[in-house]
Formats: sequence, structure tokens, C-alpha cells
Amino acid sequence: MNDLLVADSVSKNFGDFRALNDVSISVPKGSIFGLLGPNGAGKTTLIRIINQIMMPDTGRVLLDGELLKPEHVRNIGYLPEERGLYKSMKVGEQALYLAQLKGLSKTEAKERLKYWFDKLEIGDWWNKKIQELSKGQAQKIQFIVTVLHQPKLLIFDEPFSGFDPINANLIKDEILQLREEGATVIFSTHRMESVEELCDHIALIHKSNKVLDGKLTDIKRQFKTNTFEVGLQTDTVEMVTNTIKEKFEVLPSSFRNLNDDVKLNIKLNGTDTSNDLLSFLTSKAQVHHFVEVIPSASDIFIQTVKNN
Amino acid sequence: MNHLPLIIKREYLTKVKNKSFIIMTFVSPLVMVALFAVVAYLSQLNNDKERTIAVLDETGVLSDVFENTEYTTYTILTDTSLKIAKELTKSKEDFGLLYIEKSSDPKNVLSRVQFFSDESPSLGIMSSLEEKIEKKLSDNKLFNDGVDLEKIAASKTSITIAQETFTGEKTSKIDSYLKLAFGGAAGYLLFMFIIIYGNMIMRSVIEEKTSRIIEVIISSVKPIQLMMGKIIGTSLAGITQFAIWVLLGSILMLVLSAILGVSLTELQTPQQDIMNEAMQNPKIANEIQLGLQSFFNLPIGNLVVAFMFFFIGGYLLYSSLYAAVGAAVDNETDTQQFMMPILMPLILAVYVGIFTVIEDPHGTVSTVFSFIPFTSPVVMLMRIPFGVPIWQQVLSFAILVCTFVFTVWFAAKIYRVGILMYGKKPSYKELYKWIKY
Repeated sequence: MNDLLVADSVSKNFGDFRALNDVSISVPKGSIFGLLGPNGAGKTTLIRIINQIMMPDTGRVLLDGELLKPEHVRNIGYLPEERGLYKSMKVGEQALYLAQLKGLSKTEAKERLKYWFDKLEIGDWWNKKIQELSKGQAQKIQFIVTVLHQPKLLIFDEPFSGFDPINANLIKDEILQLREEGATVIFSTHRMESVEELCDHIALIHKSNKVLDGKLTDIKRQFKTNTFEVGLQTDTVEMVTNTIKEKFEVLPSSFRNLNDDVKLNIKLNGTDTSNDLLSFLTSKAQVHHFVEVIPSASDIFIQTVKNN
Repeated sequence: MNHLPLIIKREYLTKVKNKSFIIMTFVSPLVMVALFAVVAYLSQLNNDKERTIAVLDETGVLSDVFENTEYTTYTILTDTSLKIAKELTKSKEDFGLLYIEKSSDPKNVLSRVQFFSDESPSLGIMSSLEEKIEKKLSDNKLFNDGVDLEKIAASKTSITIAQETFTGEKTSKIDSYLKLAFGGAAGYLLFMFIIIYGNMIMRSVIEEKTSRIIEVIISSVKPIQLMMGKIIGTSLAGITQFAIWVLLGSILMLVLSAILGVSLTELQTPQQDIMNEAMQNPKIANEIQLGLQSFFNLPIGNLVVAFMFFFIGGYLLYSSLYAAVGAAVDNETDTQQFMMPILMPLILAVYVGIFTVIEDPHGTVSTVFSFIPFTSPVVMLMRIPFGVPIWQQVLSFAILVCTFVFTVWFAAKIYRVGILMYGKKPSYKELYKWIKY
């Protein structure tokens, strides 16, 4: 069993509306799994099913090979997008309460809270009320509460919203460290740069259907178009450009660098290799820049959603 | 995992530690008692007002009926016209002028009686004046017809029907009042409790929604557990508050009556006199004794047990609905449209209880309403002091429990879906759809 979580043909209807249609995902152990999709695609529904907030109409969910059951809540830590804390309750009391709901004993919870409060240097907040904290500060508490019971599976829905860049980095490092310690992370966000940075697997849900999933590198390979970004130096710009255009499919390019006279995106035909292109170019001009164009997560997202 | 005790504990402690709750708990009895004292004092003041009423009696036969009392002085005017009498009364700033016009018809003594005043007189003053005149005139008539008034007085007899049930329990009219008071108090208490603490539950559900903590919580516990924890925790807080109110209220009342009692007796001589008189009057003394007796005749055991069962049943029934309403909306202003269907049966129950149970505690209307689950807790509690067969109580409670199970199921459905819904206020149609999710 290499997958910590498997959702198998999960469907869910709300009245006449089909929120999830036969969606299957497999989250490998120790991965950071990006669950992506436009607004209203059904991500939150899937996440709620994994958290047993809702039951699927059909299909099943397995955690570590076992059919999901109520005891599993202590193996899952969930940071929902719509999140908050009891405003008039004290930070410490509240964290203890939420930890106990996850099945920790009071003494154990206290110990771990102390560790986390020291680690994030917020020990003096213990007796403050949530309403006295700023939004970012409250988010920190929320993060601690999510990970406190050391769950095998962590689900973060837009974890960085409300954080300044410094704290966002801090939380990002904590997530990476938790993964090092063996946790598996499901990560749902619209910020594609953090997907790029963190995720090794992704699944894309669009209009209640899963339209794409797999290893991010595999998907990128699948989406690449054998296009190369090229920067050349020559005195005869027009002539060089035209000769290239005769032999290859050429698209305009707009990368930035200091002193290239010709900037092009060149797409290879079926049989040509990058070496063929490179040797062709070196015979025509001085090559300063030669990079394969790899589609970004954002490109893949937009392209997939548009095509479906 | 059973988190219910944990949730109950949190709900209870947050409620009890809440500042406004503490203030409410300790200040309300003070306010109530103070209010009571002020009202008592004010009504005292009202009685104390002395007034003078001028009487212009053209017939000449009624003058001796107007005897001065402690607060009312009568000035008998003679040999003046109405016009002068009016001016005189006005200039002396008397309370009013009673004008008795002589009749030209020898059969009648007077043609009409009028009262002139600046302020309109109270009903009490008017009826006492009317009574005085009527009494005198009818006495006069009887006297003129040759009836001996003393004989009439001597012929007056007083009968008290001794009521007794077939099983030999003595009952009395006082008995009925007492039963009514007990039943009414129990029913009304439940009514108040449901409204106050039902609202509190509703607000705490809304708070969880607006603070967006709800999804965090229900990823750990089942919504129904959270809902039940809320209902039970809030109820315990409510019972605590009620207990403190009763305790504090009675202590304050005792203290207050001990302090004011002294000064009250000084002020309150008329009432005191009436009481003394009443005590000496064998008939009234007898009734007081009967009253005590009827208290002990009440089905106290039954009342206490039934109170507990119906109180809990009725409270849970309604509070689950309150929780559902809280879950369905985003803020308190949106609750109005859903509150009506909850409040209607409750208010109906109280009215049915007050109007039909007094009339006939075992009549069709009160019996039927004591079985309908939404009204039964209140109506049955009002009926029980009058003696309701045990089978009826058990049946009614059984129906209540079945309905309670249903409403909790229903509320849990709404709750489960509603707590995750933000944005627009749902319609009844949408609520119906939620049940099927």
C-alpha cells in the first residue's frame, strides 16, 4: 500500500445538483498532493467527504487501506478555507478543547501546545482572547490546532490566506517539515506558484469531474509542446529570422535578457531533436539562450479548464 | 469517540463564565425585587391620596350615607344651586361634585345623579358611590313598604358547600384556585424557559457559524453530537441560572419584607385590619384552613414527577427546533420568519392552558391539547393539579417523546446542512431540500 488515501469513484448530489461525479484520486504516502480546480468545481465537497463531514452517495474512501470510519478523525488534520475560532474564548482553553475533540488527553495536549507555542514564539498569547489577536495571529493558532494531534493526513485549504509573506514562509516551512516527519499533505489552493513550489502530485477537478491527475513532472511532460526559447546575437536579424521560419514553426517570445537581437519560441517538428535545432542555430548565429519551454502549473490549469 | 461530555462542559462553562450571563443572573433578581418594592410603594402612595368630594343632595334623604373615611372626606352642601355648587367646588379645589337631582315624579326619589370633576374619577370611586346610593334607596323603599329591615338582616344565611370526592378527599373552591396557580406556574415556567434558553441555543449556533469555527469542529465530532451538547450544556446553564434566581429572589424577598415589613405595617393599617378581621371571622379562617388542606391534597408527587418529564420533553422538543433555526440562518435578524412557526404553538398552548383549563380542566379542548405534542407540555402541566389519570399522562408523554425524536432528527438534518451554508437566507423550500441531502 503506497497510497495513504484513496477515493474510489466518489459521487455526491445535492438535490438536482451533482457536486462530484465519479471522482477517484490516490494520494501517495509522504506526498504533497495539490487538489486544484476553479471555484465551485467540487474540491470542498471532496475534502468534506474525506473528513466525514458528508457521506458520499456512491463510491468509497480508504485511509491507509481501511474504509473510512469515525475513529479516523484523529488521523486527519483539516484546515478549512472557511475557518475561525470562538472569538470570546481564550487561546489556550480553546486549543485544549479542540485538541481534546481530536482525541488527545488534556496533559498530552498541553505538552504539545507548549512545544508549538514556544516554536512559533507565541507563548504569551495563552490567556488572550481570540478577538484580541490579529487575523494572522489567529491563523497561527488555527494552524497549530490543525497539526497538534500529529495526524497522518493533513488537509490544508488555502493555508496561506491571511498571512503576510514572512508568516506564509514560516507556515510553508512547517508544512515541509511535517512532510519530512512522515505526514501526507493534501493541499488545495488557487495560488499556482505555491503549487509549483510545494506539490509533487496534483489532481484537477472541473465541473464536478476529475479532468487531470498524476505526478506534477509527468503532467508537465505530457503538456510540453517541444518548444524552445531561443535568444540569438547576429548582425543580420531579418535574414536569420527568416531562415529559421522556413525550417521551423516559430512563435513570438518575450523573455527578458540583456542583449539578444533575436528572441523566438521555436517549436520542433515530430522527428527533430533539440540537438538538431541547436546545431542549426549555431550555424546561423551566436546562441546565448536555449531553454525548453516547460508549461507552468498555471498554464496547465488554464489550458485544461478551457478545453473542458 | 464520545465527545458529548466535553462539548457539554465547554458549552456550560462558556455560558456561565460569560459576563452578561453573570450580570443577568445576579442583577435580575435585584431588579425584580426592586421593581416589586417600587410598585408596592407606589400603590401605597396612590391609596394615601386624600380627596374631598362635595355632595349636593336635592332630595335631602341621602345625606347621611356619605360617611367620611380615612382618605375621602364628604362635604355636604345645602341650599345652593348647582351652578354655585360647581363654582364652589372648583374654587376649593375639591376632587369633585356629586349632584343628586330631585325627581318631579313623586314615585321616584331622584331623576338622575351626576358627578363633576377635573380628572375623570376611578371606577372604584364611582361604583362605591353608586353602591351607597342604591343601598340607601332600596332600604328606604323597603322601609316605606313596611318591611322590617332588621328582620331582613336576621334572615341572611350563609351556606358553604362542603365538596368531597367519592374517595373521600375534601375539596373546596380555594382548592381550584390553588390548583390553577400551581398548574399555571408550572406551564408558564416552561414557556419562559423555552423562550429564554431556546434563544440562547439559537444564538450560540449562529455564533459558531459567523465565527466560522463550525467546520473545524465537525471535522472532529458529528453534528448531532455538537447539537445535543449545545442543547444540554445550555440547559444546564439555564437551570443554574434559574436556581440562583429562585434562591436569591427568595432571600431578597425575605430580607426586604423583614426591613419593609415594619414600616409597611405602620402604613398599611387598613389592610392589616382587614387581615385581622378576616382571621377572627370564623368563615374566612375556615377557608384558610381549607386552603392549607387543599395544598396537601394536591397530587404533589405526581406533579413533581410529571413536571420533570414534561419539562425536559417539551424543552428538548423546542430547543432542537431553535438549534435548527440557528443553523439555517447567518445572523439573528434573519431568524424572524422561522421563529413564528415555533412561537405560535407555544403561545397557543399558554392561551389554551389559561382559558380552557380554568373553564373545564377535563373538557374536550384541554384534553386534546394536552395530547398534541407541541402544546402538551404546557397544557398537561396545567391540567395535572386537577388530577389527570396516569394513563393519559403516560400516553401524552409517549407521544411527546416520539415527536421529540422526530424533531431532533429533523433539526439534525437541517443543522448538518445549514451550518455549512453561508450567504443567502434559505426559503422553506430549500430547507425541505436539505432534509433530503
